[in-house]
Amino acid sequence: MYDIQSFYKAANVKDAVRALEANPQAVVIAGGTDVLVKIREGKLAGRDLISIHDLPELKGIFMEEDGTILIRPCTSFSQIEGHPLIQQKLPMLAQAVGQVGGPQIRNMGTVGGNLCNGVTSADSASTLLAMDAQLELEGPKGTRRLPLREFYAGPGRTVREHEELLTAIRVRKEDYEGFCGYYIKYAQRSAMDIATLGCAAYLRLSPDKTHIEQLRLAYGVAAPTPIRCGKAEQAAQGQRLDQQLLERIGEAAVSEVNPRTSWRASREFRLQLVRELAKRAIAQAVVKGGGEIHA
Amino acid sequence: MGIGSRIPRVDAFEKVTGRARYTDDFQMPGCLYAKIVRSTIANGKVLSIQTDQARQVEGVVEIFTCFQVPDIQFPTPGHPWSVEPAHQDVSDRKLLNQRVRIYGDEIAVVVAKDPLAAKKAASLVEAQYEEYPVALTPAQAMEPGFPAIHEEKPNNILAHSHFQQGGVPFEEAAAQPGLSLVSGTYQTQTVQHCHIEPVISSAYMEGSRIVVVSSTQIPHIVRRVVGQALGVPWGRIRVIKPYIGGGFGNKQEVLYEPLAAWLTLQLGGRPVKVELTREEIFSCTRVRHAIEFQLRTAVRADGRLMARKFTAWSNQGGYASHGHAIVANAANGYRHLYQDEQALEEDAYTVYTNISSGGAMRGYGIPQLCFAMESHMDDVAAAIGMDPVEFRLKNCMRQGYVDPGTGITCYSSGLRECLEKGMEAIGWKEKRLAAKDQNGSLRRGVGMAMFSYKTGVYPISLETASARMILNQDGSAQLQLGATEIGQGADTVFTQMAAETTGIEESQIHIVSFQDTDVAPFDTGAYASRQTYVTGMAVKDTAMQFKKKLLEYAGWLLKRPQEELDLRHGKIVEKTDGSPLLTLEELAMNAFYNLERSVHITAEATHHCKDNTFAFGACFVEVEVDIPVGKVKVLKILNVHDSGVLINPQLAEAQVHGGMSMGLGYALGECLRYDAKGRPLNGNLLDYKLPTAMDTPELEADFVETVDPSGPYGNKALGEPPAIPVAPAVRNAILNATGVALNRLPFDPQSLVETFTEAGLIERREAEVHV
Repeated sequence: MYDIQSFYKAANVKDAVRALEANPQAVVIAGGTDVLVKIREGKLAGRDLISIHDLPELKGIFMEEDGTILIRPCTSFSQIEGHPLIQQKLPMLAQAVGQVGGPQIRNMGTVGGNLCNGVTSADSASTLLAMDAQLELEGPKGTRRLPLREFYAGPGRTVREHEELLTAIRVRKEDYEGFCGYYIKYAQRSAMDIATLGCAAYLRLSPDKTHIEQLRLAYGVAAPTPIRCGKAEQAAQGQRLDQQLLERIGEAAVSEVNPRTSWRASREFRLQLVRELAKRAIAQAVVKGGGEIHA
Repeated sequence: MGIGSRIPRVDAFEKVTGRARYTDDFQMPGCLYAKIVRSTIANGKVLSIQTDQARQVEGVVEIFTCFQVPDIQFPTPGHPWSVEPAHQDVSDRKLLNQRVRIYGDEIAVVVAKDPLAAKKAASLVEAQYEEYPVALTPAQAMEPGFPAIHEEKPNNILAHSHFQQGGVPFEEAAAQPGLSLVSGTYQTQTVQHCHIEPVISSAYMEGSRIVVVSSTQIPHIVRRVVGQALGVPWGRIRVIKPYIGGGFGNKQEVLYEPLAAWLTLQLGGRPVKVELTREEIFSCTRVRHAIEFQLRTAVRADGRLMARKFTAWSNQGGYASHGHAIVANAANGYRHLYQDEQALEEDAYTVYTNISSGGAMRGYGIPQLCFAMESHMDDVAAAIGMDPVEFRLKNCMRQGYVDPGTGITCYSSGLRECLEKGMEAIGWKEKRLAAKDQNGSLRRGVGMAMFSYKTGVYPISLETASARMILNQDGSAQLQLGATEIGQGADTVFTQMAAETTGIEESQIHIVSFQDTDVAPFDTGAYASRQTYVTGMAVKDTAMQFKKKLLEYAGWLLKRPQEELDLRHGKIVEKTDGSPLLTLEELAMNAFYNLERSVHITAEATHHCKDNTFAFGACFVEVEVDIPVGKVKVLKILNVHDSGVLINPQLAEAQVHGGMSMGLGYALGECLRYDAKGRPLNGNLLDYKLPTAMDTPELEADFVETVDPSGPYGNKALGEPPAIPVAPAVRNAILNATGVALNRLPFDPQSLVETFTEAGLIERREAEVHV
């Protein structure tokens, strides 16, 4: 039994926004894979729930006229993983969300919930951050757009206002065309686990595949929020692909992250992973792009 | 049919279709829900409790506090009772406790009409405490001046035992010239059983009697302990045990049945259910003891063990539960598997602390021992440059061995053959060689470990079991036992045993799976890998009697001497040529309704077992270690067991697979952690890293079938052993791969990265500091 004060099934996005406006204590629920856990733990016990779970306008994956990929936030991880558009254009995202929890969680959990939780460990967050994803929020005053990298306000916090809903996640054509990528979820278990560290390497190779034209390197759990490593990305730009380059990128990344020590993992251990996973994820991404790392 | 056949489990259909009924499926109409209020400190005394606010919650029926329960201390372990007071279990807890010893100790209980009301109200109960310092380890609890956790044990040492054999003390034997001395400290961690079905029981009254339905391995012991805890005559207690979803020793413990029984007694017999959350199960039921072992060994250059010294400190946690029996069993196991030429000295301590209470868990101290002993044996073999298997074979137990401490005899041993099979399967010689001089970040190695394991608890405790067979009109029979099916397949193998001995087909034997202490024959239950051995003897005795009675009646009916008849495949036949004479149905219809001679044919026997024997086995494993990220991949893993004759090889394999999976969790990640105040940090299935199916490699099981003369069908222990040798085999494989000896479980990634950094396999870097 769950301690739920009331459950309101919103008719559409506008209705949900109105209901949120009317009740400052209300909590949005979509797949429920996090909200229900928090209710059981007591953190969200006794609250009013506003469900957006079944709203068709918040589901689906589309390509817009200019080639932008649009993902509606209530799309489940399983749906994203199996969708042809994602597999063709954003395969790294399919790879990342395919590692969330277990099959049951992936059938219920949504990408929007994963982002709006604001947690640094979200497998979709570091991946979408590497893709420079753009978000759309709808509130009483209309809609606004902002890049994902401006969405996080701190651990477990985002800039989404209480009466706002996330309504769209977009990846522009210039952010996926020509890119190859690889996401490593490092956790103690191969399933039913949260990342100790997540690393997304997203890059474009030179036409002859010997150099990195552009690198985007994002981490989860390396800081209070998902982060990009600008210095490491700069260090890679235009560089010849070899083992030394990977070492330099790994070192640069270590200088930019700020993981904390908790009983789950020490800062030192996470730094070791930051360095090691950067090298491994980039190497794998290069292979995906048809290149190779020279000795 | 019979012994050795791979028949499907008798409960398979019910379980895979979801129709099998468990404790929660027996909920009575109008059932009330209990929620325990738990202490928010790990060591101290409750001064006062306020329940006013909690009572305001709608649906609350009653709230009881630790100031209201009977002043009776009772024992909780599922041991056979001893009629000798000196051998009785430690009685060190009450239904609810004012003196709290662990974080989450039971201090009050809310009973409400629904679980949510109970939960809400429990969160509103407030308590004030006097707080004492918290001990997480035996060393802390034994510090001079540390307050007594139980007033009966002022220095917090629950028990200390000493054992010595050989003519000379260890130090004297070890001081002889020409010996190598090896010493090591090995530490095991706290782990939990993680049975799928939660800890759950409910109680209600019928007349003046209390009925308890419980997910337990030991219904007859539950009855005794409920009687003791409540001060109620035992005959007024009736315990029902339906199917259970796993126990692994945590349910060889009387957990909340006494509280459920007491609550229904307070509430005029209304049904009350006590069901724990997973978090409560982790922190507040029982765990596997963390034990620190200090081992010292003197060995001759030719590999002969000359003298050994064993010292162990077992972390008991807040309450005695099975107490010293665990580390005492480990000390016995150390003595059994290897024999020294001159001296063995053993000291074992069990120490109260303020973490979760240690209790029985699959292997009963031997998985801890096996980790320490088998890690140490590899270290000793390395010190004298000997192959670890050759070294073990030179020193291990052989057939005919008699333990001087207990008189337990090794009647049969396939240990050598187990090792030979394992070496062959893993490619021991080539792979040990290939493991040398690796220097990449991925390194491979092979390792092994072996064990011996007793079958049952004789002569430390009583071994007794009873069985009953009852004829039906259609010629089929009921088989009724006090022994319990807890998922291991007991019902199936008992059915096979009865079929083997009576000659009645398995399909015509209806085993009564549920125990009801009002009618189930007496048996102490499922633990110590005892049931196929001890209860098996009772089944065999009963089946022989039952068959004799059937043949006697057949002889009367056919007017033939019964010596000329036999019962085969469900028919009365000519003994000489097997030609059929009478079906069992014809026999049974006469036995029930014959106007001349009606008799209800039943048989019942108790077997008081006064024997024991050793089962053996080994684990061989090949690993690949990813050094920079601290991951161990198991490439191949194989357990080879000598458990005597296999009653059902298919079930035996499944039992081995389950144990190996448990052993891998023990090796590679499971560990219940506490903060400095004794609060569990990861008592849930997300943060406690029980391996998932995706973490589990292909598990291989093989057997060497000896025929043990003491077993009812040549069989020996198999229930617990598969979990025992896995962790040290993994440790020794990592040692082979990397040259790094890991002496502290578990080998989780962070521990591995830290140890590999210490050992220089990972470059040490100072962590950058951000401002």
